[in-house]
Parts: sequence; structure tokens; C-alpha cells
Amino acid sequence: MDLTVGPNPFFWSAEAVRAFYRDLAAAPVARVVIGEWVCSKRLPFWQDEIAGAVDVLRDGGKEVALSTLALITLKRERRMTADLMAAGLPVEVNDLSALAHVPVGAPFWVGPMVNVYNEGTLEWLARRGATRICLPPELPLASIETLARAGRAADVAVEVWGHGRAPLAISGRCYHARLHDRAKDSCQFVCGEDPDGRDVDTLDGQAFLTVNGVQTLGRAVTTVAAQIGALRDAGVASLRLSPHAGAFNDVARAYDTALRGSEAALPATLARLMPHATFCNGFVAAGPGAALIPEQGPGQSAPTRQF
Amino acid sequence: MMELVCPAGTPAALRAAVEAGAHTVYCGFADETNARNFPGLNFSREEMAAGIDFAHDRGAKVLVAINTFPRAGAQDLWHRAVADAAAAGADAVILADIGLLAHAAERHPGLRLHLSVQAAAANPDAINLYAQAFGVRRVVLPRVLTVEEIAAINRETEVETEVFVFGGLCVMAEGRCSLSSYATGLSPNMNGVCSPASHVAYAETAKGQEARLGGFLIHRTARGAPVPYPTLCKGCFTSGDQTGHIFEDPVSLDATRLIPALRKAGVSALKIEGRQRSRAYVTQVVRAFRAAVEAAERGDPMPEGLLTRLTEGQAATTGAYAKTWR
Repeated sequence: MDLTVGPNPFFWSAEAVRAFYRDLAAAPVARVVIGEWVCSKRLPFWQDEIAGAVDVLRDGGKEVALSTLALITLKRERRMTADLMAAGLPVEVNDLSALAHVPVGAPFWVGPMVNVYNEGTLEWLARRGATRICLPPELPLASIETLARAGRAADVAVEVWGHGRAPLAISGRCYHARLHDRAKDSCQFVCGEDPDGRDVDTLDGQAFLTVNGVQTLGRAVTTVAAQIGALRDAGVASLRLSPHAGAFNDVARAYDTALRGSEAALPATLARLMPHATFCNGFVAAGPGAALIPEQGPGQSAPTRQF
Repeated sequence: MMELVCPAGTPAALRAAVEAGAHTVYCGFADETNARNFPGLNFSREEMAAGIDFAHDRGAKVLVAINTFPRAGAQDLWHRAVADAAAAGADAVILADIGLLAHAAERHPGLRLHLSVQAAAANPDAINLYAQAFGVRRVVLPRVLTVEEIAAINRETEVETEVFVFGGLCVMAEGRCSLSSYATGLSPNMNGVCSPASHVAYAETAKGQEARLGGFLIHRTARGAPVPYPTLCKGCFTSGDQTGHIFEDPVSLDATRLIPALRKAGVSALKIEGRQRSRAYVTQVVRAFRAAVEAAERGDPMPEGLLTRLTEGQAATTGAYAKTWR
């Protein structure tokens, strides 16, 4: 099992993007997916960084793929998607419509925003050319086990959402803009003010969700720290780490150490590296995604804790 | 005339919809294969066959929604649902999952396939891909598009388009939302339920009446005031110094006045949400919308405020169809 860094969900400045990927080139991860995933309006502000980031990551020995948007509606966005295919790098499809631009049989990766819930879908994608699939974050271990098995049979590497706030929803409406009493078309790029998204709490002060432009994420940081053994036994090929602000390389190193056999220390290390975060792992445990269960063995659906 | 596609959660609602003037009724089997998997709702195999016969005798069609995503290792349940719908004489099945579409296209080549809104096919590339790969004949468009965007889609595809005009309103791209499972462990995609009643709790507290979902506080209202059902994305939350309906107000969709524009945009069919609704509700809504599509066909103005009292005192919105909604 190795590590894959997914595309950054948040809107960072060009300088912040440059620094992030320069640092990441030294991190112990096998591959990196880069690209604007959430909102096409953000791309002009940082797209000039992509070529340089790809170079620095490849110099650091990483395999690099380009991500499509997660929700493609506009003509401009469809053209952007077609252009991605011409870049000569692997492409991670995060909206199925991107497949229209992939010649049948040509290899591609599938991201967590494409609904791969069962063997039939995995096998169809494999026949079409998929070589790597990151499963949707809400899948329980029993499904992951079946899909990892189907993946091995179809020569598809199966990846699981390993670390980072889980992407829960995407909309035509921009919630960041709405919070500023603006419409999406006149958003003035307010999502750029929140490098880790904007906190949403319940009325009684419980941390709940995170708004990130048109995307909604969980507030708790998903981590499979307590489930690494079960995922390894299931035959999962890679864990996906989702970029966030602060100590990301240290987080990647902590997961790498865990994969090398010392996983017991990982929860404590993460708590130290992200002192303000709460953690969750309920999706893999077949419970509410926001729940945290202590440890999960292979094939075992742990009892979930209600909040 | 635009085809009016109406919901039926029970055999009685199916008969009511057909008698009220529905061109087409959609329904599902009583299990996790359909996205309205609520207790006491939906059709047994025998009820489905009888319902289809009833509709066909009166010149109406029946579409069977098998639009959740089959569980890994348990695909047979969904495969059987497709086979049983075909055997019962369904006019089409409404599917969302790629694997299930591939199965249906291969094993039931004569069965007409509609793409569920749960597949979130939001542009012509996606729609044409489903048409080429599986022979999909109609797509139910996700509720993230404006009327102009729908018109543009219709210019680029031969696949018929169907759009929601009335009822509950998803504000997220459907089929791509895990908010419900984040709070409760049960999701539309896997279990056919959103914000399920099994995880709802109401309480009277010193601060007012509270409605919780999976333990998370979704609504709090003053004593005596009605407490809305805690659908997660319609909840009241706090972000920074702002408190309110961060995602959407507790509104429902009413696009009646857009029917002429949708017709002009090339939309083939209008869909009413509400398989969980009563037979009386279905009768009223179907009758009103049948009158509206007939008026649109004649070029008459749309009847105003026809259904106000059916939105349960809630405000109505035209949702994403107007660009300002975003």
C-alpha cells in the first residue's frame, strides 16, 4: 500500500500553490494528482503554476496526473477538460463526462467524485481503460473489500480516501458567495479567504461541516489511521491524502511511517500535527461518516458511536 | 404536448395519478433498489404488474426507478429488479449506476433506459456518453442547470430531456451527495434515503423546539411554532458571525411559470417529485400540472398560484433554473 496526494480542494494563491508542491516533492508519497477540482473560476489565478509543479514533483520521483473538475457544466469547462487530455499526462476523471474526451481503451484514472459502488461499474470502467480508481469516501469496508478484489482481477489499482476532510457534496450554487450575500457570478473569489474552507457549526455550537465554494466537506478530518490493517488486508493499493493548510508534509510522513509497519502511533502523531482538528472514520466503519471508532479489524463492521 | 411524469409511492397513488391525467407514472420496488426507500412505500412485484396493466389500459406509461447504486457483492438484487420490471411490462427503467446500465443494455436490449437524476449528467458530453455506451433514450437533468443551459444541452443531444418542476428540491448535485450518510450512516446512493426519519429526534428544550438528525441540531424554533423536518441541507447553521440557512431555506420547487420556457428549451418531459406523498396530494398536483402543460401547448399564460397551498406553507422557488439562485 502506498500514498497518493489528491488535488487541492481549496483556493490558494499562486505563491501558496508553488510552495506546497515544492515541499511536497520531498514527501514520501508515490503519486500526486494536481488540478482545479472544485471551481473553474479559480483556475486563472493559479494555472500557470501547474507546469512547474508537475516538473518539480516528477523530479522528486512522483507519478503525476491531472484532475478534471468534479462538476462540468459550462462550454468553457468542457473545452478545458478536452484540453487536459492533450497535456500528455495521465488524467484523473472526477466527472464522468470527461470520459467523452478519452479515446476508448486509452488509460485514465478515476477520482473519488465518480460513483464506483460495485464490481459492475468497476469492470465497465476497466474495460474502458481505467487503471486506477479512488473509491467514493462513503463506502464501507465490506464494499471496499469486494471492489479491491474486483480491481485486482481487472488490473485496476484501488485507492481509498485516507486522510482529509471528506468531500460530501457539490452544487451549482456557491455557498461561500451566499454567505457574503453574493451570487456565484459576482463571488469576488471570497473562498480564497479561507485556506481550509469555512466552518459551519450547528446552532448549539457543534462543529459540523465545511463550506468550500460550491463544495461541502465534512468538518472532522477523515483518517483511516485505525483501519490501515483492515485496508491492507483488503488489498487496497493506495491511501489518498487530501491537501490542507499546515504541516501537510509531516502528515504524509506520519502515514508513510505507519505503512512501513508502525501504525500504532499514527493517531497520536496526527493529533499532535493537527492540534485543532477533530477526526472521524465512520464511513469505512459502515456508520455515520462523522463518527470516530477506535479500531477496526478486517471484515468487521465496528459498532458506531452516535453523537 | 410535454409529457407529464408523476410520482406514485403506492398502487393507490398510481391509480390516482393516472385518473388525474398523468401521461406517465414513475414508481419503484419496495426495497433499497430505489431512491425513495421509505417504510410503507413502494410496490411489490405483483402490485407493479397490476399497476402497469392499470396504466396501460388507460393509455398511460409506467417507468420503474431502480436508481440507487448497487451494493458491492449484492448486485443480484438490482439485476433482479431490472428483470422483474421488464417482465412486468414497464415502459422504461430509470437507472443511475454505470454497472447496472451496462447490465441492462446487455441482458435486456429491448428495454428502454432512462438516466436517473442520480447520475448527475449535467452536460451534453455526459449525456451523449450514456447514449452511446448504453443506448439511454432520456435523461433526467440534475437540478443545477439554468433554463438557458438546458436549451444549450438540447441543441447538442438527441437524448430526450426530463426536468423537475415541482416538489422537494435538492440543492446539491443529486447522486453525488453524502451529507446524509455523514450525519446518519444512510445515504441516497446506497440506501435510497436522505435525512432518514429513523435518525430524527425532536425535543422541547429551554431554548425552543429542536429537530436533530443523527444527533446534529438542524432546526430550532420558538415554542408553538412549527418545526420543519430536519432535512440536512435545509437546516439552520452558524458560520462565523452569520446564522441562517447556509445552503437553502426550507423551500420547495415550483417551476410552473417556467413551463413555456422549458418547452421552448426543448424539454420533452416534466417531472413531479413526491413518491412519499399522499394520494390526495398526487391527484391535486397532477390535475394542476396537466392543465398547465395543456395551457402551454395552446400558448396560454400559466395559471398562477395554483398549488400554493400544497407547498405546505413553505415558500417556493424556481431553484437553479434562474441564474440568480446560484
